[in-house]
Amino acid sequence: MFIINCPYCGERDQTEFSCGGEAHIERPKQPTELSDDQWAEYLFMRKNIKGVQFERWNHAHGCRKWFNMVRDTSNDKIQAVYKMGEKPPVK
Amino acid sequence: MSKNLRINKNNFIDQTTRISFKFNGQKLFGYKGDTLASALLANNIHLVGRSFKYHRPRGIMTCGSEEPNAIVQIGNDPSFTDPNVRATEIELYEGLDASSQNCWPSVNFDIGGINNFLSPLLPAGFYYKTFMWPASFWEKYEYFIRHSAGLGKSPTKSDPDIYDHQYSHCDVLVVGGGISGIISAKLSAEKGLDTILIDDKSFLGGSTIFQENECYKINSVNSNKWLANEIESLKNYPNLLIKNRTSLAAFHGYNYLLARENLTDHLSINERKGKVRQRLWKIRAKKVIIASGSIERPLIFSNNDRPGIILSSSIKKYIDYYGVKTGENISLFTNNDTAYETAISLYKSGVKVNVIVDIRKNSDSLIVKEALDLGLKVLWESTVVDTQGYKRIKSFEVMKLSDDGNNVVGDRSKYNCDCLGISGGWTPMVHLFTQSGGKLKFRNDDNVFIPDENKTPSNQISVGSCNGEFKLNEIVVNTIENLKSFLSLSNSCYDGIKIICPDEKSKRNIWLLPSDKPIGKTKPFLDFQNDSTAKDVKLALREGFKSIEHVKRYTTTGMGTDQGKLSNMHALGIIADTTGTNMGELGTTTFRPPYTPLTFGAIVGRNVGEFFDHTRKTAIHNWHVKNKAEFENVGQWKRPWYFPKNGENMHQAVQRESKAARDSAGILDASTLGKIDIQGTDASEFLNRIYTNTWSKLEIGKCRYGLMLNEDGMVYDDGVTTRLGENHYIMTTTTGGAANVLSKLEDYLQTEWPELDVYLTTVTDQYSTISICGPNSKKILAKIVPGLDLSDNNFPHMSFKNTKISNVNCRIMRISFTGEHSYEINIQSNYAEDVWIKCMEAGKEFNLTPYGTETMHLLRAEKGFIITGQDTDGTLTPSDLQMDWIIGKKKFDFIGKRSLYRSDTIREDRKQLVGLLTEDPKEVLEEGAQLVENINKKPIEMLGHVTSSYFSPNLNKSIALAVVKSGKKLKGKKLIVPMENKNINVTITDTVFYDKENKRLNA
Repeated sequence: MFIINCPYCGERDQTEFSCGGEAHIERPKQPTELSDDQWAEYLFMRKNIKGVQFERWNHAHGCRKWFNMVRDTSNDKIQAVYKMGEKPPVK
Repeated sequence: MSKNLRINKNNFIDQTTRISFKFNGQKLFGYKGDTLASALLANNIHLVGRSFKYHRPRGIMTCGSEEPNAIVQIGNDPSFTDPNVRATEIELYEGLDASSQNCWPSVNFDIGGINNFLSPLLPAGFYYKTFMWPASFWEKYEYFIRHSAGLGKSPTKSDPDIYDHQYSHCDVLVVGGGISGIISAKLSAEKGLDTILIDDKSFLGGSTIFQENECYKINSVNSNKWLANEIESLKNYPNLLIKNRTSLAAFHGYNYLLARENLTDHLSINERKGKVRQRLWKIRAKKVIIASGSIERPLIFSNNDRPGIILSSSIKKYIDYYGVKTGENISLFTNNDTAYETAISLYKSGVKVNVIVDIRKNSDSLIVKEALDLGLKVLWESTVVDTQGYKRIKSFEVMKLSDDGNNVVGDRSKYNCDCLGISGGWTPMVHLFTQSGGKLKFRNDDNVFIPDENKTPSNQISVGSCNGEFKLNEIVVNTIENLKSFLSLSNSCYDGIKIICPDEKSKRNIWLLPSDKPIGKTKPFLDFQNDSTAKDVKLALREGFKSIEHVKRYTTTGMGTDQGKLSNMHALGIIADTTGTNMGELGTTTFRPPYTPLTFGAIVGRNVGEFFDHTRKTAIHNWHVKNKAEFENVGQWKRPWYFPKNGENMHQAVQRESKAARDSAGILDASTLGKIDIQGTDASEFLNRIYTNTWSKLEIGKCRYGLMLNEDGMVYDDGVTTRLGENHYIMTTTTGGAANVLSKLEDYLQTEWPELDVYLTTVTDQYSTISICGPNSKKILAKIVPGLDLSDNNFPHMSFKNTKISNVNCRIMRISFTGEHSYEINIQSNYAEDVWIKCMEAGKEFNLTPYGTETMHLLRAEKGFIITGQDTDGTLTPSDLQMDWIIGKKKFDFIGKRSLYRSDTIREDRKQLVGLLTEDPKEVLEEGAQLVENINKKPIEMLGHVTSSYFSPNLNKSIALAVVKSGKKLKGKKLIVPMENKNINVTITDTVFYDKENKRLNA
């Protein structure tokens, strides 16, 4: 059970949040120009990393804001949280 | 048989307060402070249960939570009875009524004991191997297997006890109240940290508190006296909370821990009334100190499971703490010095140990010397090879070990006894450490897994014997030193502490002791509860199992209620020895929470009954209740299902309601539909992107039905959205989808389109919705809002008006989910019931009939309107639903658009929504029933299934919607719905059954 440092509210219990999967997958600007394969790549393909993973989280039972989080899935250490649209502070 | 084995000497039991209890119907006595186990032993009762598989007689083996055998059923009340309670943990109380489990007709004479003689036929994996074929027989086997499986009996009535949950935040949590835990708590409290100390026993001090031995001194006093003073001094710290009878169940990441506090289980039944039975603590600690101690290992030799065979440290606790002799002719069997402490304790209490069998060649430790000085007889370099006695050990046989310890030599010599203490060394309790994510390392010197300090999660530390420190001086000095850095202390109240203790030098470990008989002829038990033996483990290895996790599941070693606390290590050791692997490389099985079993009551706490889940009620709910509605759960909402009159059943009520709605007028509480207020200069653009159809041209004051897809092109939700102003819309969603739709829209707004100026607000609870439909709905509305021009010209279908009902602002939409001329009144929820009653009064002359969800479903099915989630299941595109008209083909993009022409979504043989009519118009199909074409060609191809089905009173025939492969092309085709007893002939039709021309909308 993590403690997540919401960039808007501060440290809160994990039960207040929901995870929205892999981060930094941008919705294609012109989907009509993509082939089936390219669209499928956007639609279905997600990484499932053992190690440092970039994730989207939502403070669902708090401020309802979405933000990004860098988490090491092997030990659940949260390395960073940052707002939507911001560049990840770690690599 | 009945004897009193209590001695009068100790300080821990209140021998002035006698407590009566029952065991297997026999009335017995113990004292305040006893556990059930100590009280039974004082009455010379060892046999308490039967083992799981072979039904062998089993006795009390330990004095704590690791007990595999002495698990009993408490009470026989169908609400309060408690199975699988460890006799070694339950405190004695007046009226305690315990009985043995897993035996019939009684623990003394158990029919299942026959399994013991059949044991050669019941090897590891017996059930897997035997009951596999013929496969069709499994259901028959299962009946018998289920009856013979399981230990205690579950209560059959609901639990009337009260359970609590409590959150707690602290600076430091100390787990375990033994000597290292006490030192830790004091150091933490001394520093001023907010500290919690928990221990699962009723008393603090662990095993040191009854270590009355001159060999152990701290600052020149006996260690037990010193510790008692320390415990006393803890009272001086207001920042230290001590919780006894509290067992740590789970240690999760980020120092989140669960602990169960027992509050009434030790009280007499009369004292429990109205009190909370157990409290589950949810603790978030900045730092955690694990001082969970260690437990003694048994030794693995043939017939090592007989009643009267007890861990030697437990014998010591029974005599030193409870003042109970576990026998009158006790011998000990050991591979280390612990047994000698027991022998000395027994000697001081007037029990001379007959003989100590020691597998070591010798020992020159102080404690052994003391025992020898007392004249105790030791058989060095010897092992017990077998024991005798069915319901209580009578004798054991000893042989000399060979030099390498792999064999026995010479002859057997036999010793009589009524109790044999066994001591196989110590296992650190690393469960909590590994639960938290810590990794173990193996210490070859004494064969223990201990926390790897380099792989310990931050902000926690293990101290004392759970960290692999077993000598008093190591425990105390290292605990103090390690805590100084862990808690950043520059100095401590313990600086300069002086400790005297004996030093154990020689250790010898043999996982499976040798015998003069081949292993097949012996019964060396590993897991006492699940009856797995060393030969089962060896068999599993021969059969090709390699992973320790597989061996565990195949042999069931470590899978009982005790989770193998006692002898998992031996199983690992034997696997390592047999396969020639190092135990460190082999690793352990995974330690999972809870450490000891939790009651369901503790897990759910107060979240039972009406508190189990939220119930949402509409503002008109009370009226529905008064008018005898039957309710249906839709998500968390209670929705009127139907309103039975004069003893009608559901079918009759729904037929009447449906007919009334079309003949004259019906009224529905539609308040549960999700309502999202959308505002902002980009609101129209936003709707364009999330709905399949076009919104920018919708006039102010008009409504439009919209279909929302997932990005994969599948229908997700639908509803009507109304344009209230230039930059203001109100969207309705399905009842169940409301929260998810809002989340999804917020997600796109915040993450994909942050440039859009749009604000979303949920107003589902703020507005109530009353829907009036039917040919007379206009007349009824005219009575309620007399000033409003209801002509089709001024107020056409799919438009809305702002108006007032008795000075209360409301929005009236002219929209229809039934196909009838119909209005939806949206009004602030606190006026909703009033308005509803006004509608009912105005509608009286028109037989305005309240109807529920079932009639709503029927009416919309007559019109072929879908319900997302009933007719759709996340695999249907708009085209599959024959709703191509709603796709804005000219739109540049919307959620899911690109997916609508993927190779899979344009397949023509996808399942598509169709209507069905039955050959016999009275025959109503079952929803979910399968559709096939040819019943004779096997395997029969499943073409689809029925999604909605009703008897329509307005058409006087059965109608259904279904999804069918290539359904769009199959109009007029005859299919079969095969049911259990008959085949029903159906014909594929259009999805609209009633008023295809939509004439009634303007009727």
